[in-house]
Amino acid sequence: MKKPRIMIVDDEQSVRSSLREWFLEDGFEVETAEDGLDALKKLDTGPFDLMIVDLKMPRMDGITLLRRLREVDPGGTVIILTAFAAVDTAVEALKLGAFDYVTKPVDPDELSHTVRRALEQKRLTEENVRLREKVSELSSSSPIIGGSPAMGHVMDLVCTVAETEASVVIRGESGTGKELIARAIHAGSPRRFFPIVAVNCGAIPETLLESELFGHEKGAYTGAHYRRKGKIELANGGTLFLDEIGEIPAKMQVDLLRVLESHRFTRLGGTQEIVSDFRLVCATNRNLEALVQEESFREDLYYRINVFSIDLPPLRERLEDIPLLTEHFVDKYARSMGKPPKQMTVEAGELLQSYDWPGNVRELENAIERAMVVGQGNRIRPEDLPLRVEQDAVRPRNRSLDALESGHISCVLREESGNVSQAARVLGIDRGTLYNKIKKYGIKSG
Amino acid sequence: MTDEILLAFLNDFRPSWSEDLRRRVGAATDRFVRVDSLRVDLQRFHAPEREQYHATLLLAEMLRHRPAGAGHIVGITEVDLFIPVLTFVFGQAQLGGPGAVVSVMRLHADYYGLPANESLLLDRAVKEVVHELGHGFGLVHCPDYSCVMSSSTYVEDVDLKAERYCPDCLDLLANPPESRVNVV
Repeated sequence: MKKPRIMIVDDEQSVRSSLREWFLEDGFEVETAEDGLDALKKLDTGPFDLMIVDLKMPRMDGITLLRRLREVDPGGTVIILTAFAAVDTAVEALKLGAFDYVTKPVDPDELSHTVRRALEQKRLTEENVRLREKVSELSSSSPIIGGSPAMGHVMDLVCTVAETEASVVIRGESGTGKELIARAIHAGSPRRFFPIVAVNCGAIPETLLESELFGHEKGAYTGAHYRRKGKIELANGGTLFLDEIGEIPAKMQVDLLRVLESHRFTRLGGTQEIVSDFRLVCATNRNLEALVQEESFREDLYYRINVFSIDLPPLRERLEDIPLLTEHFVDKYARSMGKPPKQMTVEAGELLQSYDWPGNVRELENAIERAMVVGQGNRIRPEDLPLRVEQDAVRPRNRSLDALESGHISCVLREESGNVSQAARVLGIDRGTLYNKIKKYGIKSG
Repeated sequence: MTDEILLAFLNDFRPSWSEDLRRRVGAATDRFVRVDSLRVDLQRFHAPEREQYHATLLLAEMLRHRPAGAGHIVGITEVDLFIPVLTFVFGQAQLGGPGAVVSVMRLHADYYGLPANESLLLDRAVKEVVHELGHGFGLVHCPDYSCVMSSSTYVEDVDLKAERYCPDCLDLLANPPESRVNVV
């Protein structure tokens, strides 16, 4: 287990050495500084779990040091050490965010308890941040829906690669669910108890992307008022998900390659080397090989990230998943809108099956959300769907007979609330034949 | 350096239980323990404003008196000890070093207004000596409250723990971290 790090800041050598011995015996890694300036210099040796700061010191006193610490690291934990006469100043220190103060000479039990409480509060605060991230990650993620052979193959690949440390590139058109697949890989990996940190490389201006990825020190550039950790540092122990990797600028490609090779980097404006142990998952809707050919994507970076590749099929190639996806989105929006779930009419269901879905699952989700908002009664009708779907739905264009049959059976089953006998009657076939077809197409009848 | 431990009673302090202390410290540490008396000028370490004695300076004095044959020396005194930032200490040792000092003043039951109890005083003295020796062997405080290496800031904490090292601490003594081979 990693030893907690503590810095003792006091101008009296005897106090520094006494406390140093005391905390070494308690299993701490101890650094000492003789005043505020010395302490600020030594902050560069790495983060401290706790600082014990004397108030009265030459050159830079405890209050000034505390103010500077608040600017650099607002979350740092500080215990103030004070003479009895300086209690008023200690109270000022508490207002500046110090955890507590102890009066010299300190009762060993009081010091021991104060330190334990401070470390416990720090641990709880950090755990709270981690849990909040986890909750927001879980509440924002959706399950992967689809029983089609194409999605079955994708999920097999996800299971195979999740447990490894291999870098993965997820390819697919916009809206096919690349981020969901990245999250599924993370959730199935040994790193799942650490965060998955996502960066959309295409959505962030080049000037900000560097700071977003690597973080920055206070004053690294105009407006950098605080030290900020970058996404690479935040992904330590977990997964770094770089979406739209094909959009990453040329200079950043070099920097990224260096980090991927060593897992070491420095924050912008910083000198301290930071190590981050992360697994890389990337996604793109671009043809990376073509980008390498035209030299807008580095070949060495391509080989570094492309250890394992997963291709996500567009929705038009897995139309049989539409009924399940529709049902999922209807339930989702019914819950969030506080409405009862609606049933799809056969006509609306067939319309969904006959459309090309250039925006893929995202477009389907938007269409269902719209239908849930504008639709009257407990059915979704063709007129509730976006005009584009209604107009562009091309009846049986480029569609196989199997796809048409599967889609139609799904619609009728939904219309009949999953009653197979009733659906068989509507379809004009016997129950046995319908069961065979349900099995053949992997349709969920319930 | 040998494994021998010297328990040095300072000046005229030589309690009737010194032999029991020697035997029990030997059993707890599994080392040869010798008892002797040592004369030191305690006034040099006296802080009149606190009416206490500077533990760190006394510890340095112990190191000067460590005989060539002794691996570890523990000075045992009746005077109250302090280090500058703390109100008092039961004892002090060098982490991973050969010297330690222990004060029995705050281990007496009558210090807390209770009837004198020599047997309890011996129990507490054994634990404090074995604890400070543990630091000398390189051990830090142990989270197991019943281990002799658990941190004691009140005498009640001392009473709560046993006079032996717990299995984890014994394992650390047998295989210090720097001598361990990482097994992947």
